[in-house]
Amino acid sequence: MKEKRDLKIQAIENGTVIDHIKAGQALNVLRILGISSAFRATISFVMNAPGARGKKDVVKIEGKELSVEELNRIALISPKATINIIRDFEVVQKNNVVLPSYVEGVVRCTNSNCISNSNEPIESKFTVLQSEEEGVSLHCLYCEHVISEEIADYLL
Amino acid sequence: MKDFSREEIDYVLDTAEKLEPVARGEEKSRLLDGKIVSLLFFEPSTRTRLSFEVATRRLGGQVLNLGAVEASSVMKGENLADTIRVISKYADLIVLRHPLDGSARMAAEFASVPIINGGDGSVHHPTQTFLDLYTIRRESHLEGLKIAMAGDLKYGRTVHSLCHALSLYGAEMTFVSPPELRMPQEIVRDLQKQKIRVKETDSLEEIIGDVEVLYMTRVQRERFPDPEEYEKVKNKLRVTGDLLKGADPGLKILHPLPRVNEISPDVDATSHARYFEQAFYGVPTRMALLALAMGVIE
Repeated sequence: MKEKRDLKIQAIENGTVIDHIKAGQALNVLRILGISSAFRATISFVMNAPGARGKKDVVKIEGKELSVEELNRIALISPKATINIIRDFEVVQKNNVVLPSYVEGVVRCTNSNCISNSNEPIESKFTVLQSEEEGVSLHCLYCEHVISEEIADYLL
Repeated sequence: MKDFSREEIDYVLDTAEKLEPVARGEEKSRLLDGKIVSLLFFEPSTRTRLSFEVATRRLGGQVLNLGAVEASSVMKGENLADTIRVISKYADLIVLRHPLDGSARMAAEFASVPIINGGDGSVHHPTQTFLDLYTIRRESHLEGLKIAMAGDLKYGRTVHSLCHALSLYGAEMTFVSPPELRMPQEIVRDLQKQKIRVKETDSLEEIIGDVEVLYMTRVQRERFPDPEEYEKVKNKLRVTGDLLKGADPGLKILHPLPRVNEISPDVDATSHARYFEQAFYGVPTRMALLALAMGVIE
C-alpha cells in the first residue's frame, strides 16, 4: 500500500509541502501563491487523495521555501491546510495556515463599479474577517463590498 | 460614514453651528484666507458643488473648478490617480465627486492634500449625511428620534448611511416603501443587532401621526419595468396637505432634493416643510468639514 502511495507523490528533498488542502482546491492554491508556468521549481500535486479525514489535495514545491505571508493566503480557500517545510527529506517545521487579517492583490472585488476594477495603478485590498455564523469574508477597503462565498472564484 | 464615532460627528455638527452666521452672510470669516479648494466633479451635481463653492467663498477661500470633464485631461485617458497627484500641487484641498465606488479612498492614497468625498459611486455621500444630521439636530433632535424614511430605500444611498449614523443616537426607525424597494435586509439586521427598533410598512398614512421626522426620497421611474406599477407606487408614497392633517404639529419633513412629485407643492408653505432649509444647512456643514480638514479650526 505504501509503495502505491509513493508512486502518486514522491517525498521531496528540500522545499514546501502543503497538505490537507480542501479536496479540489490544489489548482487554486497554486493560483493564490502566484505560481504560473514561469515558475521554475518542480511542482507536483495530487487531488482528491484519500486521507484519514476524507479526501484532500496535496501540493509539493521542490527547492523553494515560501514565506509565511504567502502561505497564509491559502487559508482564504482552505483554512485547514498545513504547511511542512522539508530539508534533507526531513520535516523541519509544520504549521497550520493562519488566516491573514489583510490581503492585497490576491482577490478581485466582485463589485464591478469598484475603483479597484478600473485602470487605476492600485491593487485590490481587503480586510479579512471570520465569524462562526458566516465563515471567512473579505471586505474591500475601497468600496466596502463584502465577498463571503466562493472566494476562490475571484482569485486574481 | 462608518469611520466616524458619535463624538466626532457631534464635533463636526457643533462646528457647523458656530459657523452658521457666516453661512447666512451675517458675519464675515477669513478662516480660509489664501486657501484654494479644488472642486473635482466627474459627474454632475448642482447642489453639492454649489454648496461647497459657497462654503469656501464664505470662509474667504478661492475655488478651482475642474470644468467640464469632456474638455479635460481625463478625456485624454489620464487616470484618476494622476489627476489627483497633479491637482494636489495646485490646491490646498480637493473635493471629489466620482462615479466609481471607493474613488475617494483611492484619491486619499495619492493626494498630498486632504480629500473630501463629495459622493463616490452609488454607496457613499458622507457630506450629505452630515448635513442631514445637522438638519435633524437644528430642526428637531437627534437623541432617541422617531424617524420615518420613505421612498426608494433599496437604492437610496442617503438613507443607508443616515440609518447607520442615527443608530449611534438610538433612533426609532420606520421604513416606508413599496415591497420592491424595501430597505436591504442586511441593513435592517445590522440595526436590530444594535437594538434599534425598526418597523417596515408601505403606507405613509399608517405612520404619519407617530413620527417626528419624515425623510422623503425620490422613487425613480426606471426602477419599475411596468409603468402602471410605478404610477401606483408614486401616488401611494406622496406627501400632501391632506396626509399631513394626521401628523404631529411638530413633524419636520426633509428631502435630499431634487424632488419630483413625492411632496406636493401645497406642503411647501406649511411649518412641516424643512427641505429648503436642509439644502441651506449643506453650507455650514460643508464649511465645518472644510475648515476641520484643513486644520484652520482644531
